[in-house]
Amino acid sequence: MKQDVFVKGAAHTPITHDSAEKHVTGRADYADDLLEPIGTLHAYLGLSTVAHGRITGMDLDAVRKAPGVHLVLTAADIPGHNDISPTGLHDEPLLAEGEVQFHGQPIFAVVAETRDQARRACQLARVEYQELPFAIDAISARDAGMGYVTKPLKLARGDMAELDRAPRRMSGRLTVGGQEHFYLESQIAFSIPGEDDEVVVNVSTQHPTEVQHMVAHVLGVPSNAVVVNVRRMGGGFGGKESQMNPFACISALAAKKLGRAVKLRPDRDDDFAITGKRHDFVIDYQVGYDETGRIHAVDADFYARCGWSSDLSGPVTDRALFHADNAYYYPAVELRSHPLKTNTCSNTAFRGFGGPQGVVMAERVIEDIAYALGRDPLEIRKLNLYENGQLTPYHQEVEDQILPRIFEELEASSDYHARRQAVLDWNARAQEQGGAIRKGIALTPVKFGISFTATWYNQAGALIHIYSDGSIHLNHGGTEMGQGLNTKVAQVVAEALGVSIDRIKITKTTTEKVPNTSATAASSGSDLNGMAALDACRQLIERLTAFAAKARDVPPELVSIGETVQIGTEEMPFQDFINTAYLARVQLSAAGFYKTPKIHWDRDTGRGRPFYYFAYGAACSEVSVDTLTGEYVIERADLLHDVGRSLNPALDKGQVEGAFVQGTGWLTSEELWWDDKGRLRTHAPSTYKIPLASDRPKVFNVQLADWSVNRENTIKRSKAVGEPPFMLGISVFQALNMAVASFNGYAENPRIDAPATPERVLMAIERLRP
Amino acid sequence: MGHELRFLLNDTEICLTEAGSRDTLLDFLRLNRRLTGTKEGCAEGDCGACTVLVGRLHDGRLHYEPINACIRFLASCHGCHVVTVEHLRGADGGLHPVQAAMVEHHGSQCGFCTPGFVMALYGLWMANPRPDMLAVETALQGNLCRCTGYEPIVKAAFAASEAGGQHMDALTVERDRITAALQAIPAERVEVSRGQDRAILPADAADLAQVLAQNPNATIVAGATDVGLWVTKFLRDISPAVFIGHLADLKRIEIAPGHVTIGAGVTYSEFEPFLRQHFPEAVDYWLRIGGWQVRNAGTIGGNVANGSPIGETPPLLIALGATLRLRSAEGTRELPVEDYFIEYGKQDRRPGEFVEAITVPLKGQARIAAYKVSKRHHADITASAAAFRVETDGATIIDARVAFGGMAATPKRATQAEAALRGQPFTAETFEAAARAVANDFQPLSDWRASAAYRQQLAANFFRRFWLEQQGADHRLRRVE
Repeated sequence: MKQDVFVKGAAHTPITHDSAEKHVTGRADYADDLLEPIGTLHAYLGLSTVAHGRITGMDLDAVRKAPGVHLVLTAADIPGHNDISPTGLHDEPLLAEGEVQFHGQPIFAVVAETRDQARRACQLARVEYQELPFAIDAISARDAGMGYVTKPLKLARGDMAELDRAPRRMSGRLTVGGQEHFYLESQIAFSIPGEDDEVVVNVSTQHPTEVQHMVAHVLGVPSNAVVVNVRRMGGGFGGKESQMNPFACISALAAKKLGRAVKLRPDRDDDFAITGKRHDFVIDYQVGYDETGRIHAVDADFYARCGWSSDLSGPVTDRALFHADNAYYYPAVELRSHPLKTNTCSNTAFRGFGGPQGVVMAERVIEDIAYALGRDPLEIRKLNLYENGQLTPYHQEVEDQILPRIFEELEASSDYHARRQAVLDWNARAQEQGGAIRKGIALTPVKFGISFTATWYNQAGALIHIYSDGSIHLNHGGTEMGQGLNTKVAQVVAEALGVSIDRIKITKTTTEKVPNTSATAASSGSDLNGMAALDACRQLIERLTAFAAKARDVPPELVSIGETVQIGTEEMPFQDFINTAYLARVQLSAAGFYKTPKIHWDRDTGRGRPFYYFAYGAACSEVSVDTLTGEYVIERADLLHDVGRSLNPALDKGQVEGAFVQGTGWLTSEELWWDDKGRLRTHAPSTYKIPLASDRPKVFNVQLADWSVNRENTIKRSKAVGEPPFMLGISVFQALNMAVASFNGYAENPRIDAPATPERVLMAIERLRP
Repeated sequence: MGHELRFLLNDTEICLTEAGSRDTLLDFLRLNRRLTGTKEGCAEGDCGACTVLVGRLHDGRLHYEPINACIRFLASCHGCHVVTVEHLRGADGGLHPVQAAMVEHHGSQCGFCTPGFVMALYGLWMANPRPDMLAVETALQGNLCRCTGYEPIVKAAFAASEAGGQHMDALTVERDRITAALQAIPAERVEVSRGQDRAILPADAADLAQVLAQNPNATIVAGATDVGLWVTKFLRDISPAVFIGHLADLKRIEIAPGHVTIGAGVTYSEFEPFLRQHFPEAVDYWLRIGGWQVRNAGTIGGNVANGSPIGETPPLLIALGATLRLRSAEGTRELPVEDYFIEYGKQDRRPGEFVEAITVPLKGQARIAAYKVSKRHHADITASAAAFRVETDGATIIDARVAFGGMAATPKRATQAEAALRGQPFTAETFEAAARAVANDFQPLSDWRASAAYRQQLAANFFRRFWLEQQGADHRLRRVE
């Protein structure tokens, strides 16, 4: 029997983030805010100062003798394995041994009374190197024969002879830059040793189980000796899926060696130097198409700067290929990844996980065709959209296409056609009258596949206790990094149990409660953990219903659990009912589990259904460009994004807005710049520029496609939201391209590379200026 | 001479007999006082996660401003009221209106930047109860958020303004008491140390000259927006450090017929009202110096004294024909600002000397402009900057001073471009000629901020922009409607 009563904090309601009040008062604890046990020590990492070299001498005497120093650790001090490769390729030593492979690679660690002492002691090391040749970017790595860090992927479908047969053909090269995560809370780990082989690691991570495995591996102990806790992160964005490993492992190792709590928090500059970033790509592509603008065939090589080790570069470069079609049907296609080894930090997961780089290529191809044919790029986009039943390059059938409706609604709400005409008119006037401001407008879509392509990751667990006073303890394997996962899962539980969300205590993620978890990544947090929590609720309701029905001798259909429990005609407050159940020895704890159905993927054949479903969206952005400096503003952005039936429209809208601005930053002001010694010189917010409040669109209209319902049986028919809207920022990039194209009457695609810094924009203008 | 650092921290009086010059306010808050609401995001004053308010008496009036605690040295808090996020509450003891607005509008996601945003918004809410969009965005220039895209935070700023309640705020209600407590701290020289690490706070400018005579190689610290990084990033020893940010006699701004004299300790924010009045053409440029927190801390004197080739004020001061007054125990001397910069890392400042004041001629009939370009519009370091002062006599240019930053090892005038302007007709062709000539003035570097080619192109385009703007047309991006 379904109760039709208001449940506070139920699914689909726009409640605030569960920690909002703690955030604004400064009472939300991050790893660095936890109370430190007496005698807590601080570790710091000593880093390579060359891009590639053999270590010929290492004198750490002065480091050991520095004030406050307790311990210096090198590779020789690691009792287990000196390896933290997250994919088991054994190519990532925790501390360099004999050879360093990038500028900033950790070589040794110092533990001292204070962080300042440990940091200063690191400076006293005398490390000598025999410098070796190095390659910093993907193309020079390819040319130098650096090889791949992991096995490349090829996706192929259709007859590639179509490329030659198509009436028109074009080729090009696109460079798309990387991106630093710039989570506001830098990496941190804080380990407390326990009895025997035990250690507790408090760490800012999206993947506690990964930390557990790595710490166990490095210490040479079984996983059951390591507990990993994370209450919340100050931002993750993929940068804490594997990149927390060195910090967690060193702090745990030092804690076990010294029998003291040890914290390790790198300075922001060292975090930039050590940790991986979004992969930048050089993409060589060819497209065959016809006069109508329809694509016949696409062929592309994706050269990625992977860095010194594989890390997650395999699945990241795979996903670049998975999204090289974005929303468009390629009748014939061949895509090849080249995950190249370089002497740079090991590039890693970052919101979209390679997908955005693939999408940028698809949109470049569309614009090449549009400019060549003198058409509005939107027409070419619409012409090539997938129709249900068509196959992706990985042979998955598209079944849930909703972009035509999204386009139709967004074209109307953004007044696209009238505004495009106004932009064309403005630019024509500027051309005649010598005005310094040009404008551009673009409307671009995203289609994003949801599921880990590593199929086994698509599983989750949850643990729910109902205490005898009726209060509820909720735990699941996902981690909170600001996205509101804990809030959403609590909403699912509140609705399932029919109780107020105020009863539910959200607790830290810990490997002690839910084992063998997957990373909170791939936008999967709510999909997986929400379903696992729902499974736990189902078990509890079944038990409680059976108990009530039996106790009162009524049919189970006449029992309803909620704030007011109904058993036949009898009503009882939830806490009284729970206490009754406790006294009757009903198990009030349940472990839920979920695995995503339907998905499968065979990487060797490049075929399967890697994605459970697709999430869709589109954005229309208008920019103004100062053609004397290349600087620009986003005049207006209209976003319409599909999150299925939103679990929480307020939090989802926040994800969409934030992702858009972050995606825009990636393609505009965020530039990674290595010098000729292989040093990353954009090493901190002073030199690496993420968007500010004054960079957001002047008019920012963000809507969820509230009519969308996931056709798959996901949690409450919602869709994942973390990554897909990131790619809506591409509309800004293409609008900038249009403003530049106005300088030669839109006769050619200016093909601006990303990021479109003011410099790239101005230099493109100067190239086209008549 | 005193040997105690004294200041107020929220509701508590702090008195420290031991402190080093390198101690930062942020470490003191987090490590000594366990006030962990204030976060470290970057340790270089670029992210704002450590924003706190610092109140100081200025001519007997208590004035609060947001600053970055990560690069604020503890010693420079002597005589101040430091207010952290833990001090905020509403009149009913619950959330402060700024905090309530942030919750209501979903202004936090991961929450790590949030206390910093709350403090910047609190500073705005107190200083400007009815801000417009420009004021809100300007107040948030020094705060980075990686999650929200800022829209809900901006909405919260306006909602907090709507909510009002400034008259009930703790810092309003307690103003007299706090003022009295700060006035009770004597204005004498203070010296504190930890081991060999010494921090000295002179009593006044004359005392500063004495301190420097005794410690000629001391590090002079005003706003610490650069020296802070010497410590947090380069782990440099700055002892003995002489702190001058509190010296009232270096904070004077004197308007006289034909010129304005700016004390070396005047911050960018303190000069802003005078700039608006006397050099309105440079306001946009001024608001591109750092973020709000940096402008509240950094001083014009420090920006010049520091000698950086990418400081924002030198091109402007050089173009305007400003002079620098240096003082030591022996006396004072004056020199044109442009002569102060000898080469990269070397300035005409002798041991024992300090920059006391800068005198800037008012513009009279001259045409003024200042331009800056950087990768990000606000709170970014200059790729190239230029300031113009052009005097015309009817149709002829009688004088032109054009100074650049980011184009050479020092801030520098474009002498060949100036020559191409001087004595020439005030026409587009003349400025086009200057745009070509400036290519011979500089051989800029390529680095992570800009390539040499881009810098050259910008330098030329600044002349084109200047001409366009003199035609009365609006050729700038309108960043806020």
